[in-house]
Amino acid sequence: MAELLKVEGLVKNFELRANSGIRRSKRIVQAVSDVSFSVGRGETLGIVGESGSGKTTVGRCVMGLLDPTSGSIMFDGNDITKLSFEEMRVLRRRLQIVFQDPFASLDPKMTIGASIAEPLVVQEVSGDHDERVAEMLNLVGLAPDHAKRFPHEFSGGQRQRVGIARALALDPDLIVLDEPVSALDVSIQAGVVNLFADLQERLGMSYIFIAHDLSVVRHIAHNVAVMYLGRIVEIGKKEEIYTNPRHPYTKALLSAVPLPNPTVERTRRRIMLEGDVPSPVDPPSGCRFRTRCWKATDKCASETPQLAAVGAGQSVACHFPE
Amino acid sequence: MSVLSIKDLHATFPTPLGDLRAVRGINLDVEASELMGVVGESGSGKSVTFLAAMGLLPAKARVTGSVTIDGQELIGASAKTIRSVRGKSMSMIFQDPLSALNPVHRVGDQIVEMIQAHSSATDADAWKRAIELLDIVGIPQPDERASQYPHEFSGGMRQRVVIAMAIANDPKVLIADEPTTALDVTVQAQILEVIQRIQDRFRTAVVLITHDLGVIARVAHRVNVLYAGRNVERASVDDLFNQPSHPYTQGLLASLPHEGQSRLTPISGFPPNMLTPPPGCGFAPRCAFVSPECESAIPDMRAFGTSATACIRAESVELKVSGGGTRG
Repeated sequence: MAELLKVEGLVKNFELRANSGIRRSKRIVQAVSDVSFSVGRGETLGIVGESGSGKTTVGRCVMGLLDPTSGSIMFDGNDITKLSFEEMRVLRRRLQIVFQDPFASLDPKMTIGASIAEPLVVQEVSGDHDERVAEMLNLVGLAPDHAKRFPHEFSGGQRQRVGIARALALDPDLIVLDEPVSALDVSIQAGVVNLFADLQERLGMSYIFIAHDLSVVRHIAHNVAVMYLGRIVEIGKKEEIYTNPRHPYTKALLSAVPLPNPTVERTRRRIMLEGDVPSPVDPPSGCRFRTRCWKATDKCASETPQLAAVGAGQSVACHFPE
Repeated sequence: MSVLSIKDLHATFPTPLGDLRAVRGINLDVEASELMGVVGESGSGKSVTFLAAMGLLPAKARVTGSVTIDGQELIGASAKTIRSVRGKSMSMIFQDPLSALNPVHRVGDQIVEMIQAHSSATDADAWKRAIELLDIVGIPQPDERASQYPHEFSGGMRQRVVIAMAIANDPKVLIADEPTTALDVTVQAQILEVIQRIQDRFRTAVVLITHDLGVIARVAHRVNVLYAGRNVERASVDDLFNQPSHPYTQGLLASLPHEGQSRLTPISGFPPNMLTPPPGCGFAPRCAFVSPECESAIPDMRAFGTSATACIRAESVELKVSGGGTRG
């Protein structure tokens, strides 16, 4: 599959300015550190990780919503980190995002038709906007006459469909889906996940699917990147990551997910990690997972493990892969 | 004998648009030392049921029915009676531990306050007990940590502190309302283990309210499934997952992603508006097995095999399921 997006050495630091009395200290949150991955056309990359892993920051950098500290983001041959504001505005037509909260991402005072047409207005797209809006509503399983209604008249699942219709309006090549179903009830979630799969099959766009729910990512992604404290610890084909995880963190994460099967739950072995994820302000030296890892040695503290291939379609950043 | 018994509980909220009937006749018994799972989606009435039991609903809510703990009636009881029960024989923890803790008091003092609200323990004894409680819930260096403030704790550690407060007076029932929903999955595993350990060690009855069927499968002994403010199914955890009797439970299980499945199976439609709940079965508008009788009268729970179900068509539903199979 041809590459659509290639991210290399992406770093994003945030400065925290703490004016605490006498001493003025400048602290840096290392949200994303040296992250590289690529996404092919028509492909879905799932990014999983716990809070503070940097998965959302990666998505925002790819969208051009945040300026990376360093690294390159090549989108169809253009490095978006080097584009001017105007060049980026034009390119954004091909890059869209769907957010987690379908309540916060729609303007309550705009009809949903106006919300869906807004990107067309911003991008100065000519032609009949109403017709395009109707087409988009059809595409996401809503009725064209819904266009005249306001967000409060819709359920959570329907609002998320509106958000998707808006992202589709400009016919993008890549959509960043940032926890797009985690605010929805499971019985509703399944319909929205199916919609993403159907749309990709029909329209051929690529997705970056950011989620903490590993079972949904397993269902929808082709490739999966596992992030921990700003770094990718393991990346590869979905089947490999889920059935043969090589990084201790991936193993622990998969074993911590409760499965809806009491018989399996009673018998399966769980790796219980101690403590919480450390602060990204002062991450551990070397391997950032070492403070919670049962295999850590001195080498893990002194040398940062780099992503290295451990088989076909799987790379892991660990000195002692499983 | 059940330690907590909820009978025909109704909770209604008057709104400018009419009465919102959040809970419409819930029945539920919790036995001593069992871990009871309560499952339902948003709007099912699962939280309101237990907030009503704890006397924590706003004054404008109309609550009828019966909630007894160890035989003592709580609905309609005096504020004094409810205060003597709350935090003593029955305590509750919530999704967000930060909102349950006071940011300007040391966590040890907050546990001491809880202890002294129900006993005449001296400050020194209560402090000692607070440290012991922090140790029970797995907080390292409990004597030092007791003197720290909530902001010095991580999310998982805060939830442990809240659990320590909740078990401070050896409650008969601990109600945990989505206790791990705000936590990361590796931390969730730790907190579930703490809850299981407490349940096992102190024979505390635990009610675990959640929307996560994986969490239910991991820790629950028995399960109540709620939908649109009513019970729809009650079963042992194995029966619930292996032979769900109610079409809603079946739909819920079927909508989860299963390995090797190309398409997910959502439940069509969405939950009813509780301002105007359906006249019959609350699930009828979304049900694939609906019949005219389902829409005319609200079905009551009845015995069905080793479980209880509110579906009048459970027998024929079961036939279809064993033909098609709901589990992937």
